[in-house]
Order: sequence, then C-alpha cells, then structure tokens
Amino acid sequence: MEVRVQNVRKEFDRFPALHDVSLDIHSGELIALLGPSGSGKTTLLRLIAGLEMPTQGKIFFGDVDASEKSVQERNIGFVFQHYALFRHMTILENISFGLKVRPRSTRPPSGEIRRRAMELLDLVQLSGLEKRYPNQLSGGQRQRVALARALAIEPAVLLLDEPFGALDAQVRRELRKWLREIHDRTGHTTVFVTHDQEEALELSDRLCVMSQGKIEQVGTPDTVYDYPTSPFVFGFIGESSTLPVVVENNELWVGGRAIGLPAGDAKPGNARLFFRPHDVDLIEADASLAGVVTTARRVGGTRRVELEIGGAGHLVEVDLPFDHPAGEKTRLSFRPRRWKLFPAE
Amino acid sequence: MAATKLRARVHRRVSPTSESPLVQWTLIGIALLFMAVILLLPLYAVFHEAFVKGVGAFFAALGERDAQAAIRLTLLVAAIAVPLNVVFGLAASWAIAKFEFKGKAFLITLIDLPFSVSPVISGLVYVLLFGAGSFLGPFLKSYGIEVLFALPGIVLATIFVTFPFVARELIPLMQDQGTGDEEAALSLGANGWQTFWRVTLPNIKWGLLYGVLLCNARAMGEFGAVAVVSGKIRGQTTTMPLQVEMLYNEYNAAAAFALASLLALLALVTLVLKTALEWRFGDEIAAGGGH
Repeated sequence: MEVRVQNVRKEFDRFPALHDVSLDIHSGELIALLGPSGSGKTTLLRLIAGLEMPTQGKIFFGDVDASEKSVQERNIGFVFQHYALFRHMTILENISFGLKVRPRSTRPPSGEIRRRAMELLDLVQLSGLEKRYPNQLSGGQRQRVALARALAIEPAVLLLDEPFGALDAQVRRELRKWLREIHDRTGHTTVFVTHDQEEALELSDRLCVMSQGKIEQVGTPDTVYDYPTSPFVFGFIGESSTLPVVVENNELWVGGRAIGLPAGDAKPGNARLFFRPHDVDLIEADASLAGVVTTARRVGGTRRVELEIGGAGHLVEVDLPFDHPAGEKTRLSFRPRRWKLFPAE
Repeated sequence: MAATKLRARVHRRVSPTSESPLVQWTLIGIALLFMAVILLLPLYAVFHEAFVKGVGAFFAALGERDAQAAIRLTLLVAAIAVPLNVVFGLAASWAIAKFEFKGKAFLITLIDLPFSVSPVISGLVYVLLFGAGSFLGPFLKSYGIEVLFALPGIVLATIFVTFPFVARELIPLMQDQGTGDEEAALSLGANGWQTFWRVTLPNIKWGLLYGVLLCNARAMGEFGAVAVVSGKIRGQTTTMPLQVEMLYNEYNAAAAFALASLLALLALVTLVLKTALEWRFGDEIAAGGGH
C-alpha cells in the first residue's frame, strides 16, 4: 500500500513537533525514518498509524484520505520499542488477538485463527513456544512475537518504532538481517524508526533523514551517504570533518593559502567544506591542506589522525591505514578526494 | 596465620549494613513487644470477652433480632458501596493514568480528601446537605425519598469515606503500566470496550482486588460518618460497629464483644488475603499502595 504524507504539521500543547512534512512512501518498500531524538521521527510514525492526529495536513493510504480515520480503521501493524505484549496472554493468544477481536461477520473461525497464528509463529521461528508467556521469553524473542502479532491482521502498512532499541548489539544485528528477510518474503510496505544510522543504512531501501521536525533528505542509503544535501545530513550520516573556507578566484582558500580544490559554481565568499576522513589523499604539494598532528589513535584497521589546520586552531580528522608511514609524522598535508561545499552558517 | 586469614574471610561475609546480634535482637524484641501490647492483646481480649459466657451465649447474642439486622445492614451497605467505588475508582484512575488534562493534580487531591477529613465531619456534611433545614432534604422527602436516618444516607457516607481506596491503589499501577498495551490493542483493531475488558482490566486485576479488599474492610468497619447520618434506630439503621457501641453502653459486654469478634474476624481474613496477594502478585500491585 502506498502512503502519502502531505504537508503535515503536528503541535503538542502549541509546541511544534513537525513542521509541514511531506513524504511519499512507495508500495512494498522498506523505509527508515532516521534522526536524533526530538527530530519528530516517532511523531511522524504515530501520525501514519493514527495514534496521533495531525494539527494540519493529510495522510493518504493509496488514494483514500486516512487523516480522519481511527487507528482501527487504518488497518496498520504497529511494533513498539518495548514490545507491549499482553502479559496475561500466552504467545499464541497474543498473536491471535487481532483476529479474535474482529466483529463476528469478519472473524475467521477459531480453528482458522489458530492455524494462522501457528503459521506466523513458524515464520518468526518461534514454533513450540506458543504456550509460553511473554515474561518467559528473551527480549529478541518478544520482539519477534510482537512482529508476528502485527502481521496477523494482514496490515496495509507495517510500522516499527525503534524495534531493536531495547536489545543488545548482537541480537540487534541478528534481528536486523532477519527483519530484512521477512520483508522480502512478505512484501509489506514497512516504515521503521531508528536513531542508529548503521541500522538504517544496512536495512532500508530508502531512508528519510529528519532533524528538528523537518525532513532533511530522502533517498537510497548510497545517495544519502554519497550526496548529502545539507550540512546536517553530512554530519549525521557517517563520519565527517568540516572546515571553514573562503571561495575566491574559483578556488578554495584556507588561511590565505589555496588548497588545490576548484570551487565549481560556488559563490565567492565564506563557505564550509565537508569531507569524509577516509576519503583523502596524502600529497606533498603546496596547494593542499596542511596541519600539525595533535592526536593519533588506532581504531581497528585504521589510524585516525587529528590535525590542526592553519593558525586558527581548526581541527579535522583523517583516516590512514594503521601501518602507513605518515602516521609517524608530526605534520601532514592532504587533499580530500571527494568533498562538498555548503554556505557558511 | 591461618586463624587471621579465616577471621578475615568471615568478616568479609558480613555485609556492611548489618548490625551485631545484640542490636538485632533488641530491636526485634522492642518491635515484638510493641506489637503484642498494641495489637495482639486487644485482639485476644475481643475473642476472650466474646466467649467468656460460653459458646452458647456467643451464638445467642449473634442470633438476636437486632444483631441480625445490624449484620444484614452492614452487608447490604458494603454490597452497594464497594461496587460503586470500584466503578468510580476505575473511572477516575483510568482518566488520571491514561490521559493528560487540566486540573489533574486537583482531581488527585480531591480523591485524597476523605483521608484527610475526619469521618465525623464528612457525616455532618451529609446532615447539612440532606437535613430538615437544607434545600435538598425536604425536596427529596416530598418525593418520598428519605436520605438521612435511612439506608441512602448510610451508603452515601460509606462511599465518601471509602472512596480513595480503589483509586489510590490503581492510579500508580496504571501510570506505571502506561498506555503501550492499550495502543497495541487498538492498533490490532480492538475497540474501546474490548481493550478495556481484554487488556486493561486483566493488567490491573490483582491491584483492583487488593483495593476492593481494603475498601470492603473499611466500608464494614466505618463508625464515625455512619454514626452521624444513621440516627441509630435500633434494628433499622444500626450497622455492626454502631450496634457494638450501643450494646457496650448498655453494659451488655458479652453481646457487644460477640459482634465485635465478627468484625475482628473480618479484619483477620482481610489481612490474610491481603498478605497472600502481596506475596503472590507483589509486582502487579502498586508499590506503597497499602494504607
């Protein structure tokens, strides 16, 4: 099911949580809402679910305006960060809940409900645990039950609110892979909220980066990583270094020295240079970024060197292979291989 | 050498917050003595006095017409007041725990009011509200409804006094549980009633039972407020606590204590059930909910 969010604004007690947000979610895709806390990503998810109502704007499910529909009418599957399993029901009862509460006319017979619940239990690889209670399962198992319960009602859209947020790192990686498999097999349109960029980059077809109640950028993980359209996205996704520069004569200057990078179509004046620490070439040339090594730390297979550029005390980071001879030097000069220029704030 | 090592090991096993046996036993002894004098001795006295003239006299006292009427009235009042307070308590705690609205703090204070007001005062309030000099009293009387010195007055006073028990027990419990389960049920297509009966109520059932137990004990034992509104008409508007007092004032100690022993028994049963609930479902009953 295609979901369109159109110019949605949401205020809580006059405090705006979302400003004029629009987003098209394609049918069958797995899209991540990524952002720091307070960016409005969970609010957007709850608005799509119908757990919150927009102050302004509309939400379409396919061609149908769902803005005024209740959460029950929207037929969504919602998975909560803290599972929200019904503690007094067995796993089987939890999964069949959504079918059992249907009105008599649309409720499947009880044998059918049981068969479907068992099928889902099999899908989430928990067969044999149907008689257990939620508190007898591990966190990872509980979240799988929660997913099975959400899938039982054959939702139009599957919405997950930081589904792996309460789990430890190893279980989280495992479940991530597993969720991708389930998605590929069932083909539900899926929206999930996360603050973990690695999770978003690895899992999603597209990601939607949010900050301070606004959407910063929407695109495939590769596009967002390689071509960030705002300083925020550049800084939030992946590692980044930044430096104030001056644009003059179609060249970039730092501290009165040309650094050998063309300005392209940037306007003359102050600007901000962004680059990835691992995307640099060490060069011995005058037109380069040169600096004094302040610290050098080895992080796994790379050495992360912090340089002080020019006299103004600007610090940037560059990554070297850990056995690179330049790691021993006190001065380094380099040029970013790929970079991006944003107007100075 | 070996001995010092051993002693060091023994020392390490004692937790830093524990005290020497002497201090421990002195403190425990004081507590036990206090409990014996304040609680156990009176309890023993009640049952001793009740049976001082023999088992026959005990049952004769209970079988008396007025005593029977008092027992029936007490049971009836509790049977009306407790369910009503369950409904009010559920509604109030549901509203307070699951929704945000203005005046919430004020509502919580209001629920606590009966705890801070003397029961006699709350009884007097109803006398002022429904008495002969009031507006409501004569108005209702013209329709043949007697409130004061009749069952409605007693029930009203009892409801007022026992109002906080269910709500106070449920509010922290429901606040603690949050709205996640309800949201999950709604997202799965359940309507409001289904969510309440299948999710909310089962989540709070032990806490609710605990609150009902305390509410019931207080409803049956209430003296002050009921004494003011009942008019103490023998055989008609005297509840068990009032009957006990009247019998005692008439120097009928054996009969008074026979009835009193029933109330004491109710207290003991409540205590046992309450402890059993706390022991079995401690984490499903709000912490610090006891009064």
